[in-house]
Amino acid sequence: MSEKQVTRRNFLYVTTGAFAAAGAASLAWPFVDQMNPDASVKALASTEIDLRPIIPGQSITVMWRGKPVFIRRRTQAEIDEAKTVNLADLPHPEADSDRAQNPEWLVMVGICTHLGCVPLGQKGDYNGWFCPCHGSHYDTSGRIRKGPAPTNLEIPDYVFLNETTIKIG
Amino acid sequence: MSENYAPKSAVGRWFNDRLPLLNLIYGHLLPYPTPKNLNYWWTFGGILTFCLVTQIITGLVLAMHYVADADLAFASVEHIMRDVNYGWLLRYIHANGASLFFMAVYIHMARSLFYGSYKEPRELIWIIGVFIFLLMIATAFMGYVLPWGQMSFWGATVITNLFSAIPLVGESVTNWLWGGYAVGSPLLTRFFTLHYLMPFLIFALVILHVWALHVPGNNNPEGINVVQGSQDTVPFHPHYVVKDMFALVVFLVVFAGFVFFVPNLLGHTDNYIEANPLQTPEHIVPEWYFLPFYAILRSVPDKLGGVILMVSAIAILAFLPWLDTSKVRSAKYRPLYRQFVWLFFANVILLGYLGAQTADGLFLIIGRIATAYYFAHFIIILPLLGYIEKTKPLPKSLSEPVLSAEERQMKAAASGASA
Repeated sequence: MSEKQVTRRNFLYVTTGAFAAAGAASLAWPFVDQMNPDASVKALASTEIDLRPIIPGQSITVMWRGKPVFIRRRTQAEIDEAKTVNLADLPHPEADSDRAQNPEWLVMVGICTHLGCVPLGQKGDYNGWFCPCHGSHYDTSGRIRKGPAPTNLEIPDYVFLNETTIKIG
Repeated sequence: MSENYAPKSAVGRWFNDRLPLLNLIYGHLLPYPTPKNLNYWWTFGGILTFCLVTQIITGLVLAMHYVADADLAFASVEHIMRDVNYGWLLRYIHANGASLFFMAVYIHMARSLFYGSYKEPRELIWIIGVFIFLLMIATAFMGYVLPWGQMSFWGATVITNLFSAIPLVGESVTNWLWGGYAVGSPLLTRFFTLHYLMPFLIFALVILHVWALHVPGNNNPEGINVVQGSQDTVPFHPHYVVKDMFALVVFLVVFAGFVFFVPNLLGHTDNYIEANPLQTPEHIVPEWYFLPFYAILRSVPDKLGGVILMVSAIAILAFLPWLDTSKVRSAKYRPLYRQFVWLFFANVILLGYLGAQTADGLFLIIGRIATAYYFAHFIIILPLLGYIEKTKPLPKSLSEPVLSAEERQMKAAASGASA
């Protein structure tokens, strides 16, 4: 053979190899996927909360999917502060009206977007939340203002079922 | 060396003819030719082997009493401490053993840096060592999560959240690691499984590490090549077996001091509070042996950037044999490197100190300078030194530097006569 010729044997090698690789990959998937959130974890995906006991200026923390969720009934001063911020000054620009369906109620996941600690309420340079782990400051709308966190505190999916009840998830 | 070994007993010969295991052990532990001038910094290899075996044995028995479930883990550790016979001793040996393991490995690595043991022809020994170090980090971190105290929980949260910095797939990767939407029982159970597995992987790598070492033989404080079996070497047994044993006994005195007198000195009191996903402790710090890397992580104001820099700080070690361009191994004969390597050690200790402080104000600024210097050592100073440094002349043998002028003359005359 002077030139490289493609023989029937070459073809068989390649196709056999391809089938083996595809088979190995499809068999590997169950071993990877078993680590993903299971059915029992997914089943706990929504929580309903009664808002009646909360007075203005008070916050509660509820558990949703194993994470803390802050529900704060904001004071008028806090709402004004959140609304008057110049969006161009924010590392992650979001209007307060996009973050709170009802300006009085701020609902957000209480997990610092840096490395997952729980920020402390009504602390820090912007009167909002402060994460003690690596020093991220959030404002009264839960937006990142200073520190290593890349984004604002996450707003979960929630709906007002009626005036005094919300459903998260 | 090992070929002409014959076991004395008939059973030994019968076994060895069928499986030459005794040959292998004999060759690597008894007549193995070792440079005759190894100092006490060379005893940490043996000490580290002892540490690994201690961790495996104490870990095995602790696993017989521990329960890897978020609701039961904390109570099962308290059960070990209060109810299990000698449980307190086994757990304190295991917990302090991890700290001493790192103390020994840092000394072992520093010795390699000082005497240039990572250089040709020992690059692979060093690289395998870097992988062992990586596995040690992973094992120690996962082990620290198992007691399910506040530091366990929040340490696990912060470290697993590092993966969320990966662009696009970060969130899916963290949810996959957690087996949920936050740190919880699924993570604890898989960490326990991996914590059990990894020491055996380390053990396998240690075998490769020693195997690779025994091809060129040990480096030595002079950093010169010695001919195996020449006057510059002595058999490993009894010379270094005895020296290693003595060093181990001294090390055990320190070990016992920690275990029996200050077993919680290196831990955090917060870890005696059960994990609470709703409350982060005021001040989260990792165990002391991770502090330098933690300081590097925090010195960067960007999440992804911090993670990349911290990982690079360890990964860059694997490239060290090629970043150091000098052909001379030992810092004894490198007047500039000798100063820079001490500066590097001081800088790592400074980073460790900063890792334990709050990351703001002056600490943050010093942290950034120290981080920059850490990397500058590897990518600027080491490559340049090879070109600009005027090294001292190397001795021809290990005996030469310690002989008097007279003895040297006599030796020269003798070798001249024989030639």
